Amino acid sequence: MSEQLHYALFTGCTAKQSTPELLSSTLAVADKLGIKITILEEASCCGASHLQDFDEFLAHVLNARNICYAEKLGLTMITICNTCQLNSAMTKHALDSDPELKARVNEKLAEVGLEYKGTSEVKHFLYTLIDEYGLDKIKDKVTTPLSAFNIAPFYGCHNIRPSELHGSSNGNENSYKPTSLDSLIDALEGNPVDYEHKNKCCGFHVELQANHTSEVLAGNAMVDAIDNNADMMVTPCPLCHLKMDTYQDSVGKVVGRDVELPVLHMPQMVALALGCTEKEIGLNFHVQKATQIFSEATA
Amino acid sequence: MSNTRKVTIKAFRFNAETDYLPSYKSYTMEVGKDELILDLMNRIKWEHDGSFSYRRSCRHGICGACAIKVNGKATLACKQNAMELLDLFDNELVLEPSSKKRAVKDMIIDKGDFWEKHAAIKPYVVTDVDPHPEHETKQSIAEFNKFLDSDLCIQCGACHYSCPALEANEDYLGPAALNAAYRFSIDTRDEAGDERLAITAESGSGVWDCVKCYECAEACPKEINPIEKIGKLHNMQFERKVAQSNVATRHAEGFVRSIKKHGFLDEADIVVYSEGYLGMYKHLTTAVKMIKAGKIHWDDALPWVDNVPKSKNLSEIQKLIEISQTNKL
Repeated sequence: MSEQLHYALFTGCTAKQSTPELLSSTLAVADKLGIKITILEEASCCGASHLQDFDEFLAHVLNARNICYAEKLGLTMITICNTCQLNSAMTKHALDSDPELKARVNEKLAEVGLEYKGTSEVKHFLYTLIDEYGLDKIKDKVTTPLSAFNIAPFYGCHNIRPSELHGSSNGNENSYKPTSLDSLIDALEGNPVDYEHKNKCCGFHVELQANHTSEVLAGNAMVDAIDNNADMMVTPCPLCHLKMDTYQDSVGKVVGRDVELPVLHMPQMVALALGCTEKEIGLNFHVQKATQIFSEATA
Repeated sequence: MSNTRKVTIKAFRFNAETDYLPSYKSYTMEVGKDELILDLMNRIKWEHDGSFSYRRSCRHGICGACAIKVNGKATLACKQNAMELLDLFDNELVLEPSSKKRAVKDMIIDKGDFWEKHAAIKPYVVTDVDPHPEHETKQSIAEFNKFLDSDLCIQCGACHYSCPALEANEDYLGPAALNAAYRFSIDTRDEAGDERLAITAESGSGVWDCVKCYECAEACPKEINPIEKIGKLHNMQFERKVAQSNVATRHAEGFVRSIKKHGFLDEADIVVYSEGYLGMYKHLTTAVKMIKAGKIHWDDALPWVDNVPKSKNLSEIQKLIEISQTNKL
């Protein structure tokens, strides 16, 4: 038997607050697949790109500190949020390619007894499932095939762009034609919905300061998925999830359409197919009613 | 293995003077392994339909005239190998103008909005130069390197017409103009930096309207990474103390406030802090829905209630903020 996969999980902020269903379903999936997870309880917020706008250096210091804790465990740091993934990866890339910046950051980290070395990989859970666990093995463990559902994959910007930065950590996904989520849906025997907006922006990051833009972007994507007969949308990013799940009423008003579509986190979808419990999947935490999906899938 | 491939190319056809709606026409041809997208456009014109219209000039990736979209991907036609895209898009190529709604004829678009926005940020070095200087205006290599890559912009519009923020909000300056704003504001010879930063700080049109999708970084044929420059402009607003306190700047700065207190972001506090208590009315309907779903708690936004999880070793985070923070609002 091959060695058990073991990862250091950087939960990010939302999984600990407004999307608890993301954390519970992630842990449930790992448990079902026999993947060992150590939660990085020391980790801080990644800055979500906004701290980076205010003070880029401080953001690098905090993200480097998070990665230090994964390095101490000698593990790959996995993320369950596209924005956590990008911001951590940007710091890793910046420090690994700029010795002067790395030295400046390490000078600060030394004050709290830490050192960033660059020895841990940073990877989104979606890509560890596909590249390291393997779709064939996931397929073998499916107990509740999702064949009744047309599932619209929504990739979320920060997992696929900028593609040069992500490189092999997202399996060299082409941002103009991403395939990872589609193939995961396939492996779970669901029907992936092909639609133009699958790799577009949800508008989450300007929700406060440019609300109209945010609503238009989310609306365009949701309407496109609905028009292509999606029964649900699935995303690896809790920020996309917050935007798409929470704001369907206001988005609908802006785009002039009824927008009603359950949106699942990627691990929730996997958990559903692997036969995890209703509580672990946590569909009750959604704003747009999604609990029926559990009964429909397990009927 | 054959070095050519028989493919069908679909091209967007439209004449603003005579057509109400665009149409797509298919052209079948053998494509060689070294042919560029520009070669295919030439062949459509020369071998199939002389009325097919597109811009081309230098053929060396420096004039920016031949930017189009292929299967939605921003493409500088004279730089892009056709086989590569045939591999990526399963042998089906759809040629479209950079912006369909700005199409004048086929691939040719009206770039008026692009030039207007570019001009708005004063894309030149502003300084009083002595007509009879006694010495050169020197710049160190390090100073020059700060804008070297942003200076490579060929104004092709690939990033501008790939930007979804601009698509949703016509007032937004867009990645190309903002890249130029950075290029001149960081130039040590320039004296209009603060003025330019103030233009790019405007709500509704400036840097705070960037949606952070990284489409521009992906689209740029010169690998400029415009969003990285937008990030630098954000930081420069605080460094040069141009930033005004508003919902967007408080949102950025509010992250420090949260992280200092909890390690994690306080999701309720960041909204209250950014919007102010008076601005919270906009979020009431959403908040009620989120409370009902159990996503947030009714008392999360009360200043004397702390429901936020804490990072382990929080004192380390606080210490690092204390010694590493460089900007203030």
